[in-house]
Amino acid sequence: MENIIEANSVSKIYRMDGTSVQAVNDVTFSVRAGEFVGLVGPSGSGKTTLLAMLAALLDPSGGQICINDHDLKQIHEKDRVLFRRKEIGFTFQANNLIPYLTVLENVEFMLRLNKQYTKENHERARELLVRLGMEDRINVLPRQLSGGERQRVSIARSVVHNPSVVLADEPTASLDSERAYQVVKIFADLIHEQNKAGIMVTHDLRMCKYVDKIFQMKDGQIVSAISDRQAIESLMACA
Amino acid sequence: MLAFYLSFKEIWRNRGRFLLFSLVIALITILVLFIAALAQGLATANKQFLEKLDAELLVFEKNTNTSIPTSQIGRSKLPAIRNVQGVAAAGSIGFSTATLILPNNQPGLDVALVGVDPNSPGSPPVLAGRELLTTQANEVVIDGIIASRTHIKVGDTITLKTIQDTKEKFFNLRVVGMTDGRQYLFQPAIFLPYRTWDTIRPQGATTGGALVEITSNIVAVKLTNPADLQTVAARIQSEVPSVQVVDINTAILSLPGYTVQQQTLNSQQFFTLLIGILVIGGFFQIQMLQKVPLIGVLKAIGASNLIIAHSVILQIVLVSSFGVLLGSLITFILALGMPPNVPILFSGNSILTAVLSLLLIGPLGGLVSVRQAIKVEPLIALGLSS
Repeated sequence: MENIIEANSVSKIYRMDGTSVQAVNDVTFSVRAGEFVGLVGPSGSGKTTLLAMLAALLDPSGGQICINDHDLKQIHEKDRVLFRRKEIGFTFQANNLIPYLTVLENVEFMLRLNKQYTKENHERARELLVRLGMEDRINVLPRQLSGGERQRVSIARSVVHNPSVVLADEPTASLDSERAYQVVKIFADLIHEQNKAGIMVTHDLRMCKYVDKIFQMKDGQIVSAISDRQAIESLMACA
Repeated sequence: MLAFYLSFKEIWRNRGRFLLFSLVIALITILVLFIAALAQGLATANKQFLEKLDAELLVFEKNTNTSIPTSQIGRSKLPAIRNVQGVAAAGSIGFSTATLILPNNQPGLDVALVGVDPNSPGSPPVLAGRELLTTQANEVVIDGIIASRTHIKVGDTITLKTIQDTKEKFFNLRVVGMTDGRQYLFQPAIFLPYRTWDTIRPQGATTGGALVEITSNIVAVKLTNPADLQTVAARIQSEVPSVQVVDINTAILSLPGYTVQQQTLNSQQFFTLLIGILVIGGFFQIQMLQKVPLIGVLKAIGASNLIIAHSVILQIVLVSSFGVLLGSLITFILALGMPPNVPILFSGNSILTAVLSLLLIGPLGGLVSVRQAIKVEPLIALGLSS
């Protein structure tokens, strides 16, 4: 399978008040279509910074990131918004839905943003929500949803416009274990079925039950890449 | 389109909050419109006669600071003014006050008594009846305001009371015509031939039989070519002794208290609009602060600054326009219940300017919010900052 995400010697240095902090240090990895990767590590290990660079929200200080064969450095600042809109699907920690749009409208928002809002796509968004068990909640506002339901809507929003990459930043942070597993499973299923490259940032190793590969980060570096199922299971057992 | 979708959905789903804010804008609108209408009403009550005068220039006695009450211009100067090249017509106008006696023991109505030369500038056109014809006849033309307040009609005889030599004098005059509203210094006007006016107007003791020249306050001058305003004014000043010539607008500005009154009301209006800008700006800024995380998410998922800025501006325009419309409607309804003697007038440029200013203060007040929205970084969605 082809590589959708390719990161070569990527680094990020934050400079503030004369001091420098190396948030990401010489990271190289790739993610294929249909592959779901867990990016794990303690707080401050550089996971979110790496995710922000993959989403073209932050420029790397060094190295190269290619998404779907597009070198992010070569994309003009103005075009990055369009690139992100089309190629990236995003799920954040919590409270990331638009509060004044209903569940269906939130999902459809990505279609409207990408000028893909058609009758067929409207139906597709509805079906996606039905599949995620939200059929009774389609016309309610986010404030009437539970945390797990909100994250399911957020997942639906991140894939509805058919991006090549789906990124999730601690999507289970505000959920209890049972709901968290449900959310991750839904996420993994959609990535596998729709052949997306998926990366989930989490500090909780237990959430890696459904991932295909784990990148462990520490002090800005990927210290281990584990794709063996048994190794993943044993790592989770240690958590 | 997407910007409109976002703004409309937000307003609709939070309609209670936005309605309350529209009501605040409506209250500001009511205040601004009432001040504007009051300014317009007071200005009209002051200057209506001069504004409608069919003349371009007014001649005052020299060194009177173009003050109509102070100026006393002898009628002997009238022929000299009429003879100046470029003058098409000229007519004396004298102002004083009288009390119109009303039937059934109703309190009398104070009126402006305006002495004019028939068929000359100053003599009003009539809507009903006929114009004044001779310089000395016991007949008057009343303005529309008197007609509407007293129901006096053409053909009626009215009684005017003035004080002459400390004694009350009553004069019966026949109404021969009715003109439109021509108030002067807040009083509705009665027009009469200048000789009759000179007999009726309030005055002190006579000068022991000596012949005294009849005076008027000003002379209104109509020009052959209105474009020659400056030239003819200079010509009159050089050819007629001891006079000062100004155009109508200058004369209006010199009306007693007019400029100060308008400045006061305009300042009030300006400060109310300024308060409006601050209130609207404050509201949308507070709202923007609450929306920073959401805007971060919107930008992170691909919404451009253009979409965000348009949606903020549209929201401000929609909410403030609704508020202004609501306020204008309430003002209109309130105005219908106002007694006729309250000098408010909902017409003219000042009202149009007030409405346009009110529509502008929304976007102006919201500019800071738009700037704030544009500055929000999408990294906020990830809990990061550049």
